[in-house]
Amino acid sequence: MIEVTAARKEYGTLRVVDDVDLRLPIGGVTSIIGPNGAGKSTLVSLISRLTLLDAGTITVHGLDVSRAPSRELARRLSVLRQENHLTARLSVRDLVAFGRYPHSAGRLTVEDERHIAEALAYLDLTELGDRFLDELSGGQRQRAFVAMVLCQDTDYVLLDEPLNNLDLSHAVDMMRLLRRAADELGKAVVLVIHDINFASAYSDHIVAMKNGRVVLQGTPEEVIAPEPLRRVFDLDVQVHELDGRRIAVYYD
Amino acid sequence: MSGDARSRTLVPPAPHAPAAPERARTRILFAVLGALTVAAVVAFLVVDAQGSWDFVLAFRGRKLLALVLVAFAIAVSTVLFQTVTENRILTPSILGFDSLFVLIQTCLVFALGTAGLSALPPLVSFAGEVLLMVVLSTALFRWLFGGARRSLHLLILVGIVFGVLFRSVSALIQRLIDPNEFAVLQDRLFATFTSVPPDLLGISAAIIAATCVLLWRDRRSLDVLGLGRDMAIALGVDHRRLVLRLLVIVSLLVSVSTALVGPVTFFGLLVASLAHQLTGSHRHAVLLPAAVLLAVLALVGGQTVLEHVLDMGTVLSVLIEFLGGIVFLLLVMRGARR
Repeated sequence: MIEVTAARKEYGTLRVVDDVDLRLPIGGVTSIIGPNGAGKSTLVSLISRLTLLDAGTITVHGLDVSRAPSRELARRLSVLRQENHLTARLSVRDLVAFGRYPHSAGRLTVEDERHIAEALAYLDLTELGDRFLDELSGGQRQRAFVAMVLCQDTDYVLLDEPLNNLDLSHAVDMMRLLRRAADELGKAVVLVIHDINFASAYSDHIVAMKNGRVVLQGTPEEVIAPEPLRRVFDLDVQVHELDGRRIAVYYD
Repeated sequence: MSGDARSRTLVPPAPHAPAAPERARTRILFAVLGALTVAAVVAFLVVDAQGSWDFVLAFRGRKLLALVLVAFAIAVSTVLFQTVTENRILTPSILGFDSLFVLIQTCLVFALGTAGLSALPPLVSFAGEVLLMVVLSTALFRWLFGGARRSLHLLILVGIVFGVLFRSVSALIQRLIDPNEFAVLQDRLFATFTSVPPDLLGISAAIIAATCVLLWRDRRSLDVLGLGRDMAIALGVDHRRLVLRLLVIVSLLVSVSTALVGPVTFFGLLVASLAHQLTGSHRHAVLLPAAVLLAVLALVGGQTVLEHVLDMGTVLSVLIEFLGGIVFLLLVMRGARR
């Protein structure tokens, strides 16, 4: 369980995250949606201790993220940011192997090698293991980073806009994969996402943010509806049911 | 993790096999670098030796030790600094850290006078200078890199401005002090690769031995740090602590090298870039030794060739700065094009 209590982050006078209370249960896919500047990415950074809280508390399995040893947290929660620029030149396997650092501090055991091989296979990267990251396409590189995060073998996986820069088919692949990771590996996947139809089709739970606050949350059936979406995006949205899925149409 | 058993059956366990060709390449590289360095060291000690061997070896041995210590300090401080700041162009000396040390030395002579300074044991005055250096350079670093991410070009500019500022203030103070005291100060500041204050050798060697131990323990955290701040934190590195520890080490090493031979702007950049190019590795257990070997080879080998073959012992620093400066320009231009 991730428990966010009265979390606050300010930049100057601007409250980017404003007294947010949120509980994320273990397991399932949770999407965080909302307009630009709503504080979605900042909330993810706060939960994953990449940004320091100004007020409030966040706990992961009872561990306070501001105080608990970083390595302990890294065994329960992994995070992938939107942009991952590396100065070092790494092969895909090297990158994925870094996912084992919280467990083995860089000295790879047979157990670690097994996790690395599994993560590579899970993302269909076994063939590309020895290739360098700068030789890969955007979609392959994104998969390599996700493989690293899965290799970290944590209960929680936080992803900030994992669909950024992916074309349609790669985006669908990525969402299927995250769904599988939740269903087969029992992980709690939390992602920031802009496309509300992807959120609708692949999530168990949707959290909507606006102006630094959580304005509503619930199942896709509850959130993907004209009235709630107007509150979040200030936009008239029609919602249609297609093959049991709720699809929002927001074009004039 | 509950569903792990299912994924376990997806693939057979992989054999324990890190890329073998890469390891072979690294081994060959170290063999070649090691052999060249040993050859340079031997040549430095024996070429053109005349008179009593006892005297020659002791005399040259001391010079050799100074060169090796400086090479180590500059190479390691540069590689560490580049890992901490996540770039391959900035170095402590490009950001004016060694000019800061000169300023500290100058201020101490100004404040205490040579009489006051010579009343102190050299170890105490050096320790005082180093302590000030660690505090001030850490503060400077925090200010430059602590807040929002700044552009590389801005940082280079800031570095140039700071370098000029520190040097100008030093020059101003040097004009204000008594000419006799200035002569003493000049002795301390304008050391070259060939004349090194002997009382500093012992303490410098001790500092460098201590950093070796610390860095060897941190070598794997350093690799993770190379992925950038966010990923390092996400992977459980105590980022604040590690960066602070590394900055203290960098300040110590810059103090050592500046105290021994004065400011050297581009040498660190030269050896760090070469080490990255030649090893192609992200592992600091490979990068750091490679950079140190390259630095020792360049200083000791260069000094031997210039002193004994070309008979131009004093121009080594000029030559190294020239080459390093060209590397710097190339890196900046390549960075700008990206």
